[in-house]
Amino acid sequence: MTPNLHLWWIPLLPLIGAAINGLFGKKFSRPAVAGVALTFCGAAFAYASYIASRFSSLAIPYSETLAHWMRAGSFQVDFAFYLDQLSLVMLLVVTGVGFLIHIYSVGYMWEEGGFYRFFSYLNLFMFFMLMLVLGSNYLVMFIGWEGVGLASYLLIGFFFLRDSAAAAGKKAFIVNRIGDFGFLIALFLMIRHFGSLDFSPVFQSVAPMSAETGAAGLLTAIALLLMVGAAGKSAQIPLYVWLPDAMEGPTPVSALIHAATMVTAGVYMISRSHVIFERAPMALTVVAVIGTLTALFAATIGITQTDIKKVLAYSTISQLGYMFLACGVAAFSAAIFHLMTHAFFKGLLFLAAGSVIHAVGGEQDMRKMGGLRKKIPWTFWTMTIGTIAIAGIPPLAGFFSKDEILWRAYQASWVYWLIGLITAFLTSFYMFRLWFLTFTGEYRGSQDAQRHDADTPAAASVPHGGHSHGVHESPMVMIVPLVILAVLSFVGGWIGIPGSLGGKNQFDKFLAPVFHASTPALNSAHTMPGETAPPEQQTEGPEPQTSRTTELIFTGISVVAALLGLGLAWLLYSFQPELPQRIADTLNGLYTTVLNKYYVDDIYAAVLVNPLLAISTNVLWHGVDQNVIDATLNNSADGARQLSDSVRHMQSGNIRSYAGWVAAGAAAVICYMVWLGVRAQ
Amino acid sequence: MNVHDLDPVILSLITFTPLAGAILLLFLPRRDREIRWFSLGISLLAFVASLHLPVHFHRAEPGFQFELDKAWIPTPNIHYHLGVDGVSLWLAVLTTFLTPLCVLISWRSVNERVKEFFILLLVLETALIGVFVSLDLFLFYFFWEATLIPMALLIGMYGHGRKIYAAVKFFLYTMIASMFMLAAILWLYAKTGTFDFIALQRAAQAGQIPDFPSAAGWLFLGFFVAFAVKVPLFPFHTWLPDAHVEAPTAGSVLLAGVLLKMGTYGMLRFNLGLFPLQARANAGWISVLALIGIIYGALVAMIQPNLKKLIAYSSVSHLGFVVLGIFSFTAAGLSGATFVMLAHGVSTGGLFMLAGLLYERRHTYEIREYGGLATPMPVYSATFMVLMLASVGLPLLNGFIGEFLVLSGAFQSRPLFGILGATGVIWSACYLLWMYQRVFFGQVRNAVNAGLLDIDGRERTALWPTAVAALVMGVAPLLWLNSIEPSIHSMLVPFTQVASKVVGQ
Repeated sequence: MTPNLHLWWIPLLPLIGAAINGLFGKKFSRPAVAGVALTFCGAAFAYASYIASRFSSLAIPYSETLAHWMRAGSFQVDFAFYLDQLSLVMLLVVTGVGFLIHIYSVGYMWEEGGFYRFFSYLNLFMFFMLMLVLGSNYLVMFIGWEGVGLASYLLIGFFFLRDSAAAAGKKAFIVNRIGDFGFLIALFLMIRHFGSLDFSPVFQSVAPMSAETGAAGLLTAIALLLMVGAAGKSAQIPLYVWLPDAMEGPTPVSALIHAATMVTAGVYMISRSHVIFERAPMALTVVAVIGTLTALFAATIGITQTDIKKVLAYSTISQLGYMFLACGVAAFSAAIFHLMTHAFFKGLLFLAAGSVIHAVGGEQDMRKMGGLRKKIPWTFWTMTIGTIAIAGIPPLAGFFSKDEILWRAYQASWVYWLIGLITAFLTSFYMFRLWFLTFTGEYRGSQDAQRHDADTPAAASVPHGGHSHGVHESPMVMIVPLVILAVLSFVGGWIGIPGSLGGKNQFDKFLAPVFHASTPALNSAHTMPGETAPPEQQTEGPEPQTSRTTELIFTGISVVAALLGLGLAWLLYSFQPELPQRIADTLNGLYTTVLNKYYVDDIYAAVLVNPLLAISTNVLWHGVDQNVIDATLNNSADGARQLSDSVRHMQSGNIRSYAGWVAAGAAAVICYMVWLGVRAQ
Repeated sequence: MNVHDLDPVILSLITFTPLAGAILLLFLPRRDREIRWFSLGISLLAFVASLHLPVHFHRAEPGFQFELDKAWIPTPNIHYHLGVDGVSLWLAVLTTFLTPLCVLISWRSVNERVKEFFILLLVLETALIGVFVSLDLFLFYFFWEATLIPMALLIGMYGHGRKIYAAVKFFLYTMIASMFMLAAILWLYAKTGTFDFIALQRAAQAGQIPDFPSAAGWLFLGFFVAFAVKVPLFPFHTWLPDAHVEAPTAGSVLLAGVLLKMGTYGMLRFNLGLFPLQARANAGWISVLALIGIIYGALVAMIQPNLKKLIAYSSVSHLGFVVLGIFSFTAAGLSGATFVMLAHGVSTGGLFMLAGLLYERRHTYEIREYGGLATPMPVYSATFMVLMLASVGLPLLNGFIGEFLVLSGAFQSRPLFGILGATGVIWSACYLLWMYQRVFFGQVRNAVNAGLLDIDGRERTALWPTAVAALVMGVAPLLWLNSIEPSIHSMLVPFTQVASKVVGQ
């Protein structure tokens, strides 16, 4: 029997840290605040590692119940935790990358005001994220789901003196809530039809259902509603609009929440619910289509952005699109594989970008950077590794995971593959564009890298108001996490080398018990051609030689695409740097449209937000409330007033006399009641 | 002496302790400081006494407990009949919990006619508790109307702006509506010769009330109108924003925190308890009104320029959830509705206190007057954040539990209603977060606000219990649900019977 693992300690530890810093941190010194935050986050990582080390000796899936949470009738929800291969991967990614980013933040945030507040929020985020990945039912997952949204809201708005930061935090929370609305309805459907929200009973109820039976509609509805939630949290079309704005938060936050962990929650949730999605082919198609479109759409915007963090933000949306594409073609382990490698290289890229921003005194516009290679060598080399990794150039991590997704996408439909390939080319292009603009050529910023608002009186909560002493490399406390993530971005893909390249794809094998154990009796006959491929048993036996050759050809094609992207970026941003402007001028209309992010934010404002506010103000409040309801009442009251003109001495305006009348009236009523009662007997 | 010896008298003790305190206050000299401390002591005494209820309540038992039934007036046959079940128990405790906080929050803001203020407050407390613990319809009606007088006076005497208009509007609105309930009560008395709720319920179920089937539809409506105005259900809600804006802080806290729940409590106890068939027949349009309230209240809250009106309209929205849950006739819906009543009392009570503290400092509720308050008032802002998030319905805070149960119950009975109600999770985030952003974030634009004092020890003592309660209720809701559930189940028995009868026919 598996001993009690007390998994609940893993989320609880960072919560304790958050509470200590949140309640008392104001009085602590900075080292003390950092010490508390790192201790509790590190302890969670240590405990997770300990569980990982014992993982093979455990009976998996493992679950434990800490306490009952709520109950109504036969429906009950517990604080219960669940561990299997999938949650272990998430657990290690979240605590590991999270811990590294905590360390980095100590250096990055050292001179900012609200140091204790920042670490309290960061620990709070860890608590909710760990609840999300460890929950044994959808409602505990929902605690984490909404909670990470809260932490994200607080951290995006960390520099709350800036109106843009406060607005971005609010926008993130509200857009996420739209997704959560879908999630909630999915939960209600589960309660109604399965009577439970626990993973095991829900999946057991779903397992015998198939697309042919009458349950297809139900499962499709649940899956699509979950997808609405996932689209909100993971910034997919049409709910992606909050993520670019979220870059208002401090850069470590962008790295942790808006790249490595929280935004991947949607991918985790869909993978966790794969039993449902696999039986809802229509929903899977929707997931794949949305993922593919998001990947391409965001990549095109990424090309035109000049803010280094905005490029990375659109890149994140695009990469998340890949993960959704993988989920949509039922390649869940490929999605999780990319989730993991993405956590490494995108976490790295954001932290390195933060180091760049740190170095140039808070500047985020790449047009004012350039030539930083020599000045910040550690940042340069680690960021180079991250860029190669995301571009999909072998043998770095991104290559393996992206290639796996493209191959599985091709098996479902060549359209997915082609768009994925174009996106891969664009990814490589905009990332090397960033790299060339930042590190090569001549430095284009002002010499002393003076931040324009460094003299603002409220510098305490404006980022990087304090240190502006020329371009400088970051302190070791920031470099060490960069190096570790760079190593992971380099070798992290090697645990999933596919058979075609002579590997064993151990990652897929490791996750197989989660995703393959309960694979439904889907076969190709059930799947519409060109839509979803059956989840094949990749782990068993060698693949046929032809398929292996084809796979190798496709691998070659995607490497070529990545190298083309690199080449084009070199051409435009290093060899012929005046070309981009000429191209932009030639394609003026298109360029402006893309630069303005296809005007999606403006369309949302014009079509949804403004009409809603106008209707609420003019129709509902001034119209219904004041002109209809109250006017009716006041008119009848006026009528009554004329009637009572004879007794207008009542209306003396004297409070005491009012009180008297009120009391007398009440007394009269009671007397009348008594009289009625007597008469009735 | 055994504590259980207290059981029969404990409800009377809790109900009349504040009244006794008010009477004593009459004879105390006008020394404001002593009067405040005395009132605080009395309200705390009532609170401590009320803790006897949850501690010694038998959670598994569905019926009324701590009952006391004494013949009071022979003709008409009025009994002094008190008792609580798992629902009214917590509403009574909510009242005693909020009143000491109201005393604390009024410490400095009420400077004139201090003695009268606290007398009114304590009389109001007695009347509110009385509403929840009465099992005799006459007694219930007596307390019901008795809440009006102190509340209207609190608004009229200690409010601001158009306080007379607000007080009169509040008074007339609810008074007129109550007349319909009075007529229904008297009809029942005329036919049965008793005001006793339990006896009436038994007689109605057994079909022993003459002419009941033909009159029940009207009787149901008579009760319902009185309750709907109190809740307030759309379109009877327009008295609420006016009353709130002009009311003193303590008045708003008790108005939103407790007084509105008299309406939803009445629906639960009387509309469902006495007229299950009619409740089922009318559930459709009532739920639609509740849904309109949820969405309409939220949308109008969103564009309010006035902080207190915003919270008032948010109450319209939240109470819509309660009504939706009650008329879903599911265990989740009714438990959730009861839980929302308590959660809303705590979190909105807290929000009104917070708004009041701002008014004390700046004498305005206009949102555009503020901005950037997080800088001069960090503790205040953090407390506001917690209570706002509770109101938004963030999991692990109290708002979520009730709303989730209500919506899942509504969804079970009519999926479309559940879906429409669930849009509330989006709206509440919109109006509260937008308000929070405008009041607290950004630079301080109005120089006056730069020097605002953060909350002091007394103010923290008044506020933090609500924040802590919001957290505890969100993490361990079973402490409440365990005693609410059995009562809910017994309330639902006639509905399952009705359902099976309908199926049988």
